[in-house]
Amino acid sequence: MSGPNKNYDPVEVTPLHADEVERTRDEALDAFAKAADLAALQEAKVAHLGERSPIALANREIGALPPQGRKEAGQRIGSARKALNDAYAGRLAVLEAEHEERMLATERVDVTLPWHTPELGARHPLSLISEQVADVFAALGWDVAEGPEVEAEWLNFDALNFQPDHPARQMQDTFFVDPAGSGTVLRTHTSPVQARSMLTRKPPIYVICPGRVFRTDELDATHTPVFYQVEGLVVDEGITLAHLKGTLDHFVVSMFGEGLEARLRPNFFPFTEPSAEVDLKCFVCRGASVGNPDRPCRTCGSEGWIEWGGCGVVNPRVLQACGIDTDRYSGFAFGMGLERTLMFRNGVEDMRDMVEGDVRFSRQFGMEI
Amino acid sequence: MRVPLSWLREYVELPAGVTGREVGEKLVRAGLEVETVDEAGDGLTGPLVVGKVLSYEPEPQKNGKTIRWCSLDVGNDEPQWVVCGASNFEVGDLVVVVLPGAVLPGGFAISARKTYGHVSSGMICSSSELGLGDDGTHGIVVLQPGEAEVGTDAIELLGLRDDVLDIAVTPDRGYCLSIRGVAREAATAYGVELKDPAALTLTGDGSGGYPVRVDDAEACSVFVTRTVTGIDPKAPSPRWLQQRLVMSGMRPISIGVDVTNYVMLELGQPIHGYDKARLSGEIVVRRAVAGEKLMTLDDQTRELDAEDLLITDDSGPIGVAGVMGGASTEISESTTDVVIEAAHFHPIVIARSSRRHKLSSEASRRFEREVDPELPRYAAQRVADLLAELAGGTIEPAETVVDTHLRPEPVSFRADHAARVAGAPIPVDESIRHLQAVGCEVAQGNDAAVAAPFAVGASTATAADLISVTPPSWRPDLRDPNDFAEEVIRLFGFDNVPSVLPKAPGGQGLTVAQKRRRRIATALVGAGLTEVVSYPFVGDADFDAMGVPADDARRTTVKLANPLSDEEPSMQTTLLPTLLRTAERNVGRGATDLAIFQTSLVFLPRADSKPAPLPSVAQRPSDDEIQALYDALPEQPLHLGVVLTGSRTPTGWWGKGQPAGWADAVQVARSVAAVVGVEPVLRNVELAPWHPGRCAELSVGGKVIGHAGELHPKVCQAYGLPTRSSAVELDLDALMAAGPSSVSAQPFSSYPIAKEDVALIVGAEVAAADVEAALVEGAGELLESIRLFDLYTGEQIGEGKKSLAFALRFRAADRTLTETEVSAARQAAVQVTVARFNAVQRVG
Ligand SMILES: [Zn+2]
Repeated sequence: MSGPNKNYDPVEVTPLHADEVERTRDEALDAFAKAADLAALQEAKVAHLGERSPIALANREIGALPPQGRKEAGQRIGSARKALNDAYAGRLAVLEAEHEERMLATERVDVTLPWHTPELGARHPLSLISEQVADVFAALGWDVAEGPEVEAEWLNFDALNFQPDHPARQMQDTFFVDPAGSGTVLRTHTSPVQARSMLTRKPPIYVICPGRVFRTDELDATHTPVFYQVEGLVVDEGITLAHLKGTLDHFVVSMFGEGLEARLRPNFFPFTEPSAEVDLKCFVCRGASVGNPDRPCRTCGSEGWIEWGGCGVVNPRVLQACGIDTDRYSGFAFGMGLERTLMFRNGVEDMRDMVEGDVRFSRQFGMEI
Repeated sequence: MRVPLSWLREYVELPAGVTGREVGEKLVRAGLEVETVDEAGDGLTGPLVVGKVLSYEPEPQKNGKTIRWCSLDVGNDEPQWVVCGASNFEVGDLVVVVLPGAVLPGGFAISARKTYGHVSSGMICSSSELGLGDDGTHGIVVLQPGEAEVGTDAIELLGLRDDVLDIAVTPDRGYCLSIRGVAREAATAYGVELKDPAALTLTGDGSGGYPVRVDDAEACSVFVTRTVTGIDPKAPSPRWLQQRLVMSGMRPISIGVDVTNYVMLELGQPIHGYDKARLSGEIVVRRAVAGEKLMTLDDQTRELDAEDLLITDDSGPIGVAGVMGGASTEISESTTDVVIEAAHFHPIVIARSSRRHKLSSEASRRFEREVDPELPRYAAQRVADLLAELAGGTIEPAETVVDTHLRPEPVSFRADHAARVAGAPIPVDESIRHLQAVGCEVAQGNDAAVAAPFAVGASTATAADLISVTPPSWRPDLRDPNDFAEEVIRLFGFDNVPSVLPKAPGGQGLTVAQKRRRRIATALVGAGLTEVVSYPFVGDADFDAMGVPADDARRTTVKLANPLSDEEPSMQTTLLPTLLRTAERNVGRGATDLAIFQTSLVFLPRADSKPAPLPSVAQRPSDDEIQALYDALPEQPLHLGVVLTGSRTPTGWWGKGQPAGWADAVQVARSVAAVVGVEPVLRNVELAPWHPGRCAELSVGGKVIGHAGELHPKVCQAYGLPTRSSAVELDLDALMAAGPSSVSAQPFSSYPIAKEDVALIVGAEVAAADVEAALVEGAGELLESIRLFDLYTGEQIGEGKKSLAFALRFRAADRTLTETEVSAARQAAVQVTVARFNAVQRVG
């Protein structure tokens, strides 16, 4: 390196010679290229591009040249500096990329490790299925109706055409509220919600009522004294049994899949006339197991159909008791047990699992059924 | 009702070879609930023959039993030698012998085998071995002398292969509690003729029989007696009759009793037989007088109620009408003269007596569902005929007939009513055909006909639109147009009704409360809680275990008159007892780190509640009556219960875990409130079952909506839960109602934020929330947010004190705040805490 130019010697400014500039540049390029890491590159930068680097010093000599020589020297130095800056930037990018790659590699973790924030809990499947049913009907424009569990006997029975001494009333195994004569019971079905809906709304009425109901059964694998039902009720002009079938078919498809249907078998319920049991085309074998011992079906017991619930055309006497003009309106109603539905739909084998509150039962469902 | 197929075939010409299962299917489609089809004798193969006992040798055994080594004539050249364990037979008796090579019901294959030192070549059969059920003899079947030739095939003779349909008869189909009724349905289902078993020639003269007076014609509209004298009480019931009783689920007893039961099963008319010699004077049908007693056939003395309908004679009560006869006039082994009672009782009278005396008999089950009132004379005739034929009796032509029953009235409705109900094109002539098939008389073109109510469009129907239909006597359930429509539609076929989805007017989807409940549940699940269900029944032991004081309102409960368990007679007033028990069960099963929740109603009695009325169903109850129905019910708000036990976060590779404690419980409660946009006010309270120093009361707008905190150590102990388990109970209805109905957006500032921290020393008893509220109040509207970030107690600040550090964030909507503004706001905030709590700023 040369010291500051103290003398005016236009001819002998060595650092500005083309050869010398080229040599200085090549030396620097070489140093950048050889810098193995960011620290070395930084060192090379100071040496070859810093304030005291040959190229910087050479630049200062330009002023000493005669005016006619300055332009050429300036261009020479400028292009050399550009080359150096480019080389430095290029090398810097490469080394930084290498550095980052090394760093990230060292920061690798085992992503399979657990963490301490609580895992997602779970809904109870009875709640999930209630909500699913409600959604099916809400999508049809129906309202979701609810009512109390301690209910007036009149709403639970009389309004629904259960006469006081009729055997049908005895068959309901009712929990009575103390004292006798309180006129209140634990509702034995969700049907009082139908009566309430009719007493408080004007037709057209389209409601679905999921809810908890009570009968004095002992708990065993297939019975529980406290269980869940869902009931639907429609009261409108021109409602027929065909509308009931259409609704049930839609319900079956929504809950169990395309191509399935409901079947009605005549039966008796006081609050509907005609009344029927609802069977559901087996969603597992779709009837293929019937008379086919090679393909038995556990879900339907190789019957092809699964008993699901009850239904019928609302008995006009029920409409009358609830103040609806039987001359103008007719209706239908249907109801199913949700525990039973879960048993065959989701393969729950023991009713007790559903009521004991063991978290393992809920957790296997999570948020889905 | 158990229906042997062979019996059914007697009255319906079913297709040859049709099985019980197939008939069952058909009946199911017609609306009968055929629960099972028992295939009696299924798998039975011979040789099974009639044999005659030639000789036997009793041989006592070491085990105390005596066997008989018997020789039998089974129609072969050589006698058959068998060992028999029974002793109810003599030489010369006809018995049923199963021979080697045969298979008995249950896959029991018979071969010659060595037993008790002999080679037994077959076996003499008992009733149950033949699949006939227990006949009560504890021995083998002994046939009547001359009943069959030796060597006859016993399978055929005894009807051992038969299908029995077990039908659960719905309350509207009382007539199907008889072979006659089921035969009628089968005949319709197969489109064949019914041979009505009640179509008998009456030989009575309609008067002069055993004297009867009916004092209550409404309760007893028909009472018929016939008398048969000179029967042989020892005459055995014939095998076929016994067999049918057994297959139908009844035990043969004696000829007199068996015949009455047989006729009841066949026709559906309950019959009572009296020993004429034990009757004294006129039979009077009347209500009981309080204090009267009767010993019934089951040898129980029953206190009679004034509502009971009685059969009496000069001696007093001799039977509870339609429910059970009395012991004093019962047919016995010495009865020779029988008075047959066939009557029609009002279903409600019988239902009440039956319930009152907890006595459900074959008779009462039928009367409750109403019996064909035209039947009594025919049924009495049938009993008399059978007693004459089978027991050698003489039928007296004298007959008592008290009959005031009303013939069914015709019901008029639109001829196309069934089609309107079904929404299916059922031609009118087809409707009429189906109505006739169930026994109705149908008249058309009656100008005077008036449409019955309870049918759509009834008011606009003209006489020309109508048919008048008279139901048959055995169908009292047919009274409204829809009842008849059901008959038509079930015979038309439910499968033939089209499927049409009705169009509801647009709804509004779930209600606000329904949506909020779902969001709360989802948030809880997101926080790691698992939903459980439990029964709502509680008892004093629950409140005791929770340490609830005697005068606590939660001990005032809605009680059940007939609880499942006397220990738990109450409906829950709080979710915690059942939830704690659920937690206990889970912890007991190894789930010690537990976070569970349940939503359920609780039942809070009203102080002033009156019994619920029972308004008429003939019209809508008045608004007052409806209000009275609602007011009679307890309040039933929806509650949320939460129990947390063990660790909230576990210990792991990241370090030490955190136990679930009061703060987690309170946070769950806060989060639930936040889901519905509510910020509750908290304060410390003392309330069981919580720890007295660690229970937060939450309130909204001054109304308490619940509690959260750590459970009392004694409660944890009582339920076997880890110490420091915690719980929450919230009134969700109240909480959700406090949520905003809609949220309006506020603009937010894009000017820079100014951060200030404040540490304040206050008395240990001062609530952090109150200090925070004071800071908020003092800081004014420039304060954007505040958060408590440190709590310190210790020597540096002295006993009975605590230091609370808050991070305050200031921002203005329209400018960058100056340092002066920020520090003034901060100072104002601190000033309020100084004034209110004597707070001292902590520096450094
Ligand atoms: Zn299947």
